[in-house]
Amino acid sequence: MKNVLCAVAGAAALLISAPSIAQTTLTVATVNNSDMIRMQGLTSEFTAKNPDITVKWVTLEENVLRQRVTTDIATKGGQFDVLTIGTYEVPIWAKKSWLVPLDKLGADYDVGDLLPKIKDAVSVDGKLYAAPFYGESSMVMYRTDLFDKAGLKMPESPTWDFVVDAAKKLTDKAGGVYGICLRGKAGWGENMAFLTAMSNSFGARWFDEKWEPQFNSPEWKKTLTTYVDLMKQAGPPGASSNGFNENLALFSAGKCAMWIDATVAASMVTNPKDSKVADKVGFALAPNTGLGKNANWLWAWSLAIPAGSKKVDAAEKFIAWATSKDYTKLVASKEGWSNVPPGTRTSLYKNPDYLKVAPFAKLTLASIDAADPNKPTVKPVPYVGVQYAAIPEFQGIGTQVGQQFSAALSGSTTVDAALTAAQSVTEREMKRAGYIK
Amino acid sequence: MARMVTTRNKVISTAAAWLVGFLIFFPILWMVLASFKTELEAFAIPPSFLFFHWTTENYVTVQERSDYLHHALNSIIIAGGSTLIAMLIAIPAAWSMAFSPTKRTKDVLLWMLSTKMMPPVGVLVPIYLIYRTFGLLDTRSGLIFILCLGNLPIVIWMLFTYFKEIPKDILEAARMDGATIGRELIYVLTPMAVPGLASTLLLNLILAWNEAFWTLNLSTLEAAPLTVFIASYSSPEGLFWAKLSAASTLAIAPILVLGWFSQRQLVRGLTFGAVK
Repeated sequence: MKNVLCAVAGAAALLISAPSIAQTTLTVATVNNSDMIRMQGLTSEFTAKNPDITVKWVTLEENVLRQRVTTDIATKGGQFDVLTIGTYEVPIWAKKSWLVPLDKLGADYDVGDLLPKIKDAVSVDGKLYAAPFYGESSMVMYRTDLFDKAGLKMPESPTWDFVVDAAKKLTDKAGGVYGICLRGKAGWGENMAFLTAMSNSFGARWFDEKWEPQFNSPEWKKTLTTYVDLMKQAGPPGASSNGFNENLALFSAGKCAMWIDATVAASMVTNPKDSKVADKVGFALAPNTGLGKNANWLWAWSLAIPAGSKKVDAAEKFIAWATSKDYTKLVASKEGWSNVPPGTRTSLYKNPDYLKVAPFAKLTLASIDAADPNKPTVKPVPYVGVQYAAIPEFQGIGTQVGQQFSAALSGSTTVDAALTAAQSVTEREMKRAGYIK
Repeated sequence: MARMVTTRNKVISTAAAWLVGFLIFFPILWMVLASFKTELEAFAIPPSFLFFHWTTENYVTVQERSDYLHHALNSIIIAGGSTLIAMLIAIPAAWSMAFSPTKRTKDVLLWMLSTKMMPPVGVLVPIYLIYRTFGLLDTRSGLIFILCLGNLPIVIWMLFTYFKEIPKDILEAARMDGATIGRELIYVLTPMAVPGLASTLLLNLILAWNEAFWTLNLSTLEAAPLTVFIASYSSPEGLFWAKLSAASTLAIAPILVLGWFSQRQLVRGLTFGAVK
């Protein structure tokens, strides 16, 4: 009888305890790009292994997300448990103690496998504050058929002189083919990402060691003159309103002989479903001027946990899953190797299956290796970041300077006037922020 | 002869009206067309107007990726709720200011309007902190409250101008005949104010439906209306035009249909006074 009672009590205890496994709901804030959307679709694989965790997604456009997440984290609003942030935010937010250091990602996470430059970009003082989900640099994408026809050969690491020359030769305005397509739309993440990276290769820098703006330097003048002259002679009409998407459309439609932009574009322009020139695209490192720096940037969308989150353990479990080697394998098994998130792990670039379907893999890796966020320029600088300076004021300053440079491209102001205006805007803002007197 | 000129004028003015109408409607038409294209065709240069491969795949993708009905329901509740509350507060306020103005009425009206001159982002952080403290973040009631506050000055101003158009003499005449305040309101004032009330209601509904700043910043999931739904389809890196168009078409469809059905009231209300 006693046994029966025990059994009944045990069964009752089980029944009561079964549904009471604490459910943790994670709210993940993320950007709208194909890799993130894919992860959203694969979340069920994670929740199947972790039945006590539910994952909800808030997908927003990049700039909206940035504003939304910054407001929430600055006010400790606690609306999100996992944030998607870029390499620009990580050092700033980590220093403000807004992020939880990721030190419990698990034994099999293999932090050493992360690409060193990407790992540096999401670490502060040797501690990882965000886990990279996908990484990118920029490189030259060019039309092999047009180069062959003109008798030109693209070197693996071209100089700006070669690029300018080739762009002029390949331009056939009557036939609707332009030598080169570059970003022109104003914005710190639009034309300024490209122009800052380009200026690095010309030996220019945003600030000297004392945070004095450097737009009055001959290096910046050469950068902007080269850019404006090149685009006037060999660029598409209306280039001052072109961003990544516009150039992607132009290149995919066969209107550009060269395009220098994010390495993630490589998989888009070689995809026959979306591109008319899929089988005629070659890749090269972003151009240089022989000073030891190439005109390429470095960016990684990464997952981080806001400080003050009450669900750190579950969030860290999710981040470890989403940025693991196993996740890469999961995507490969479901959607093929060409769809795995690129640019974060060394092992991916040694994987023969991936190398087979990604002709751009070698140059993506070389481009990422060629960018150094801690030493972005030829001359020393007080900031980290290749195509930006990782200070909170940069978004505002970068966009104002970007507007000046976009105006120089459209012809509504001159190169000299744009540089003078950029210098005074930056000086004013840096004084106001207390960097200089 | 005169008759011929009139006919010709009629034809010309009709054609001109249609042309202007078409020009104004064109962006919406273009968006609807783009939503039926493939991503590559949506981006094609030169663009194809009607002769492309029509597809509904964007609507399927949008439906799979996000919960349209959840967002649409939130939009209806938030826009409808904030409009109703705003009207309830605004009608008595405008009524008293129009029919028994005091020395300070003008100042009060101007002061109310002045709150609209401040950029909302200036108070984002204080509002966010208040909402966090009171647990109003990501709630429908929180959004109804802020949209109601934001639109109140416009609603009061619109109603005030409509009420002012109504001649006081008519109300006095009703009083002479022994009408009580209640009867005066229901049988005399309301029938005259209906077009004004209707157009204010509709305009406020449209403003609340389209409001993007507060709805994007104060909601995450549970209370997120259609503005958040659209924002999730925009992207600076990658081709999302066709899907974005499909999402936008779905988002504006309810308010567009409502607008079409009520255009007579809307036009009459907006031109109220001029045609008396």
